[in-house]
Amino acid sequence: MRRSAANIARLGIKELRSLWHDKALLVFVIWVFTGGVYVAATAAAMDINKAPIAIVDHDRSPLSDRIRTAFYPPYFLAPVPIDQTQVDQAMDTGRFTFVLEIPAGFERDLLADKQPSIQLNVDATRMTQAFIGTSYIRNILNGEINSFVQGYRVETRLPIALTLRYEFNPNLEGKWFGGAMEIINGVNLLAIILAGAAIVREREHGTLEHLLVMPLTPFEIMSAKVWSNGLVIVLAAWFSIEIVVRGMLGVPISGSVPLFLLGATLYLFSASSIGIFLGTVARSMPQLGLLMILVILPLQLLSGAVTPRESMPELVSDIMLTAPTTHFVTLAQGILYRGAGLDVVWPQFLVITAIGIVFFMLALARFRKSITLTSV
Amino acid sequence: MDTAPSPVVRLVDLVQAYGGVRAADGVSLDIPAGRLMGFIGPDGVGKSTLLSLMAGARRIQKGQVSVLGGDMSDARHRKRVAPRIAYMPQGLGRNLYATLSVHENLVFFARLFGQGRAEREARIADLLDSTALTPFAGRPAGKLSGGMKQKLGLCCALIHDPDLLILDEPTTGVDPLARSQFWELIERIRTRRPGMSLVVATAYMDEAARFERLAAMDAGRILATGTPSELLARTDAEDLDTAFIRLLPEEKRREHHALVVPPRQSSDGPPAIVAEGLTRRFGDFIAVDNVSFRIEQGEIYGFLGSNGCGKTTTMKMLTGLLPASEGKALLFGHEVDASDMATRRRVGYMSQSFSLYTELTVHQNLELHAHLFHLPSERIAPRIAELVETFGLGPYQNAQATQLPLGIRQRLSLAVAVVHEPEILILDEPTSGVDPIARDGFWQLLVELSREQRVTIFISTHFMSEGERCDRISLMHAGKVLVSDTPKNIQQRRGAETLEEAFIDVLKEAIGEPDAAETEAETTPADLPKSSRWPVSLPLRRLIGYAWRESLELSRDPIRLVFALLGSVLLMLVMGYGLTMDVEDLRFAALDYDQTPQSRDYLQSLSGSRYFLEQPPLRDSADMERRLRNDDITIAVEIPPNFGRDLKRGHTPEVGVWVDGAMPFRGETAGGYVQGTHYHYLLDLARRQANPINASSVADIEVRYRYNQAYQSLYAMVPAVIALLLVFIPAILAALAVVREKELGSITNLYVTPVTRLEFLIGKQLPYILVSMLSFLGLSALAVWLFEVPIKGDFWTLALGALLYVAATTALGLLVSTFTRTQIAALAGALVGTLLPAIQFSGLTNPVASLEGVGQWIGQGYPTTYFLVISRGVFTKALGFSELAGQLAILALFAPVLVGLSALLLRKQEQ
Repeated sequence: MRRSAANIARLGIKELRSLWHDKALLVFVIWVFTGGVYVAATAAAMDINKAPIAIVDHDRSPLSDRIRTAFYPPYFLAPVPIDQTQVDQAMDTGRFTFVLEIPAGFERDLLADKQPSIQLNVDATRMTQAFIGTSYIRNILNGEINSFVQGYRVETRLPIALTLRYEFNPNLEGKWFGGAMEIINGVNLLAIILAGAAIVREREHGTLEHLLVMPLTPFEIMSAKVWSNGLVIVLAAWFSIEIVVRGMLGVPISGSVPLFLLGATLYLFSASSIGIFLGTVARSMPQLGLLMILVILPLQLLSGAVTPRESMPELVSDIMLTAPTTHFVTLAQGILYRGAGLDVVWPQFLVITAIGIVFFMLALARFRKSITLTSV
Repeated sequence: MDTAPSPVVRLVDLVQAYGGVRAADGVSLDIPAGRLMGFIGPDGVGKSTLLSLMAGARRIQKGQVSVLGGDMSDARHRKRVAPRIAYMPQGLGRNLYATLSVHENLVFFARLFGQGRAEREARIADLLDSTALTPFAGRPAGKLSGGMKQKLGLCCALIHDPDLLILDEPTTGVDPLARSQFWELIERIRTRRPGMSLVVATAYMDEAARFERLAAMDAGRILATGTPSELLARTDAEDLDTAFIRLLPEEKRREHHALVVPPRQSSDGPPAIVAEGLTRRFGDFIAVDNVSFRIEQGEIYGFLGSNGCGKTTTMKMLTGLLPASEGKALLFGHEVDASDMATRRRVGYMSQSFSLYTELTVHQNLELHAHLFHLPSERIAPRIAELVETFGLGPYQNAQATQLPLGIRQRLSLAVAVVHEPEILILDEPTSGVDPIARDGFWQLLVELSREQRVTIFISTHFMSEGERCDRISLMHAGKVLVSDTPKNIQQRRGAETLEEAFIDVLKEAIGEPDAAETEAETTPADLPKSSRWPVSLPLRRLIGYAWRESLELSRDPIRLVFALLGSVLLMLVMGYGLTMDVEDLRFAALDYDQTPQSRDYLQSLSGSRYFLEQPPLRDSADMERRLRNDDITIAVEIPPNFGRDLKRGHTPEVGVWVDGAMPFRGETAGGYVQGTHYHYLLDLARRQANPINASSVADIEVRYRYNQAYQSLYAMVPAVIALLLVFIPAILAALAVVREKELGSITNLYVTPVTRLEFLIGKQLPYILVSMLSFLGLSALAVWLFEVPIKGDFWTLALGALLYVAATTALGLLVSTFTRTQIAALAGALVGTLLPAIQFSGLTNPVASLEGVGQWIGQGYPTTYFLVISRGVFTKALGFSELAGQLAILALFAPVLVGLSALLLRKQEQ
C-alpha cells in the first residue's frame, strides 16, 4: 500500500516534469484559462446586445418618433429606417433580426380607441436574440404607447402590478455566466485531451511498455496521470476564477471557491478517466482526435452549459445524466452563482465520483490489452 | 589518384548546427561524377545531414553546396535539378506509403515526375522485373520485409532515371541475405547506367569495402577520404572497422580496448529462461511461430535477425507485455504472469524504442527508477554512485538525457535497467545506431555482468559481429528460429568463413529463393518514350498524383473514413435533438399569502401555460430562497396578503416574481414568459370585467415569426449544425493529413521532387473536400428526411456554398498543419481554432453584429459566419443564388487566401 502510494507520487512528479518541458502544450493550457475565458465572456456581454432593428414608419407621427427613439444601445443598435420594399431583402440576408412596421394612422387610431396593431417581424432563425428581443420590444412598445396615451407611465393604474426580480444575477449579465462556463469547457477539454493524448503518446514512444515491465501496476500508472494532470488543471482553473473572472471581468462570486475547486477535482478524476479510456480505445493519434470530437462536443453542448436542460428531449437529457459534465455544470452553477453549499451539491459530488470510478475501471480493464494495439 | 572529370557534388566550408551539436563542422569535399561514393561512420556524425543537403531536402546554414553544376541554396536551381536527383532517406521505407501497394507507390512517384501512363507502366514493369518484385506488385508496402521495402524504395528513386542517386543507410536493419542482394542489384543498375553518380551512407564497414571511394566521418568532420585500399594502407589495418577506429582522434581511441569474452562456467541450476512453443498471431499474421529455447543462468544468449522477424515480439512475450497465443514462457521456473510483481523485480528490460525520460537528468533518471524499484532508501545513494562509476556516467550526471550522445544514452539505459540488480536482463537491440567504440564499451559491461555477477542476458541484435560474442545464438527469420547453437558450431556446420556467410546460407535454405540474378530481365530503358516526358499539364499531373494517393490512403483507413462520415451523422442526431433553444417546462412554485379565489385564479394562468410546470407550493420566503438555490425551481411567485381584496377595490396589488438569473438566457426567457402571461391575464381580466379603460391602453402587437412560424428550435438548429459539423471534422482531417507526413517522414517527397507547395497542399486537400461533400449530402438528407426540416430554397446554391465552405475549412486545417510539428499539437490547434470561433462567434445563437470586441472581429473573419447565413437562408428562408450571391462571394475568398497563406508558411526544405 505504502509502496503503491510512493510509486504514484513518483510517477506523477515525472509527469509534471514532462509537462513543464512541453512548452507548446503549456501555452495552450494558459490560453484556454486566460485569453479564451476572457474573450468568450466579453464577446456577448449581455444576452440581448446590439440587436439589429429596422423600422418601417408609415405613420410619421410624434408617437412613431417616440417609438423609434426608445430603441438604443447597448440592447439594440440604433434603428434603421427602411422602406416597405426593402423589408424582405433586408431580412433575407439577415441584416436585421427585427423589423417593426408602424401602420399609417397608428397614432390617430390609437387615440380613437380603435386598438390599431403594430407589426413586428422577427427573424426566428436567430434563436436566442429573437426570443429575448421580442419580449424586450413588447415591453418597450407597451411602455411607450401607454405613457403616450396617458401622458405618464401607466403601470400603477393596471389592476395588478408585477415586480420582476432576477435572483443571483440581477442584471442578467452574460459574462457572469459565460466566464464560468468557459472555465468548465476548458477543464473538460484539457482533462480529456491531456490524459488521452498522454496515453497514446507514451504508447507510441514505447515508454508505457517500459513502465509495465517494472514492478508497477496499471492502476498506479493511471492514477499518477490523473493526479498530476488534474493538479495542473485545478490550479489553472483556480487562477482563472480568481484573476480572470473575479479580477478582470469583475464578476462577483457568491459561493465558496474552495468547494467549487473540490468539485472540479472530482470532475477532473472523472474526465481524465474518460480521456484515458479513449486513449486505450484509439489505435493512433488521428483516431483519438476524431474520437475526442465525438465525445467532447456532445459533452459540452448538451451538459446544460449552452442550453437549459429542461428544454432537451427527455431521452437526451436522461442519457446526459450518465455524463459527469452534466453534474459538474449543475454543481458549478449552484456553487458559483447561487452560493449553494455542500448540503445542496453533495449528490453531484457523489455521482461524479461514481461515474469516474466506472470509467477508471473500464480503462484499467483495457489498459494492458491496449498495449498490443500499436505493436505489430 | 582520381581521373574523374568535374565533380557532381562540391561542398565548401559547410557548417550545419542543430541545438549546439554540429552535424557538419567545416566540411569541404568534391564528389566525382559517375562513381560510387560512400560515407562511413556511426550514427549521429553528420552523414545524413550531408546527404540531405546534397538532395536539397535541407536548408543550408553556412557554406556552399553545389550539385550538378549549380548552387543548391538557389531555389530555381533546385527546381531545375530536382528531376535529375533521387534521394532515399534513412529508415526502412521512410518515404514510402505503407498502405499503398508496391505498384501504387511506384505510380505515385512516377506522377510526381509527370510521366504519362504509357511511359509510367513501361518503366514500372521494367523496374519491378529487375528487382524481382513483380510477384509482389499488389502487396501493401507496409507488409513487405525490410529488404523488399528497400528494393521498392530504390525502384521509386530510379523511376525518373536520375543522374545522381543518394542513398542514406539503405541496408540498415535488413537481413544479411537481403543486404547482399541489394548491393548486387545496385551493381547491375550501375552497369546499365554507367553515367549515374551514387552517394551512399552506411554504418556497416563490411559493405563499405565494395565502394569506389570513401569518406570517413566523425563529429561533423571528414576524417579521411580515399579508396578503401588507400584507407587500409594509410592506417595499416586489415579491416575497415579497425581502420576507422585508428582514424579517430586520440582521445576517443583511448577509451577503446579490444573486447575479450572469457568462457562461461556452466551452471547446474535450473534454466533462467525457458520458452516452449511460443506463438503469437496478430490477426492472420503469425509474428512468432513455435519458438522454443532455454537459457542457462549467467549465459549471454543472442537473437539475430532482420527487422520485423519476430525478435521484439518474442521478448515482449517473455516480459509479459504481450500474452502468447500459444505455448508458454517461464522465468526462474515460473510461468510468466503479467501481475507477478515479485518476478518483475528480478528482471531488467531495455526496449528497442525506449529512450528514457529525456527531459530528466541522468541522476534524476537513475533516482526515479531506484525509487520505483523500491530500493531501501539508505541503499539508493550508494547504488547510484556505484552505477555512475561502473558505467562511466560521472561527467554527465546533471546533463539532460536529450543532450547525451547516443552511446552514453544507451549506457544510461542499461544502468537504469540494472539499477535493482536484476538476475535476468532482456535487451532489445540495445546497440543499434551506436558507433563501434561505444558498442565495444557497452559489451564490456555486459560481459562483466554475465561473468562476474552471473546475470543472464538475453539480447537481440542485427550486427553479426555482436552475435559472435554471445555464448549461444538463435537465427530468426519470419517468426521462426532457423538454427540455434553456439556461433562457432553454426559456422562450422555450414562450413562458412564468417557468421554472416553462415547466416546467409541458412536463410537461402529456409526461403528456397534462387539467386536474384536469374530473375533479371535485361531490357534497357533506352527504348522508352522519352518525348512525352514533360507535357503541358505537368503541375496538374503532380497535383492529381497527390490527390490520388491521399484518396487511396484514406480509403485504406476505413476507421478514419467511417469516423469522419458516421461521426458527423451521429453528432447531427445528438445535436439536432438535444441542442434546443426552446425554453419550456420551467419549474415554478407559488407562495400564496392570500389564498383567495382571485389569487388562485391568477396562479392558474401560470400553471395552465405550457411554459410552466407547477411545483409544490412554497411555505415561506426562506423556503423560496432555499429552493431557488437548489435549482429545484426556476421561478418563484409571491402573492401578497389581501391580494383579492385589493384587486377588487382597485388598489393594484403587487405580485412579486423571482427568477433564477444564473443562466442569463434562461432567466431572460423565463422573465419574458412571466411578463407575457401577466399581461395576457390582465387583458383577459379586463375583458371579463368589461373594463374598457384598461383594454384600450394596450395596443395590439402582432408578432410575425418569419421563416419559422412554429418557432421551433429544430428549424434554426439543424441548418446551423450542418455548418458546425462541416468545420470541425474537415479541419482536423486536413491538419492531421499534412502533419502525419511530417511525423512519419514521407514529407521528404515534397522536399526533393519537383512538386510545388501549392500542388502538394491542394492535392492533399481535394480528397478531404470530397469526403466532406459526401458528409454534407448525408447531413442534408438527414435534415430533410429524419428531422423533416425541408429545404425551401435552391439546393444547388446550398451545395455550392457547402463546396466553398469545406474548401475553406479544410484549408484552415492545412494552415494549422503548417506551423505544428506533432499530431498532438495539430489536433489541439485544430480544436482550438474551430470550436470557440464556430460555436461562439459565428452567429449560431447571436448575430455577429451583436458581438463585442475580439469576438466580433473573429466572427467577421471566419467562414462559418457566412455559410451559416447561406445554410439558414436556403433551408428556412427559401432563398436562392441571387439573394445569397454576396455571401457566396465572400466565402469563395477564404479557400484561396488560406491555401496561399499555408503555401507561404510551409517549408519546401527541412531546417
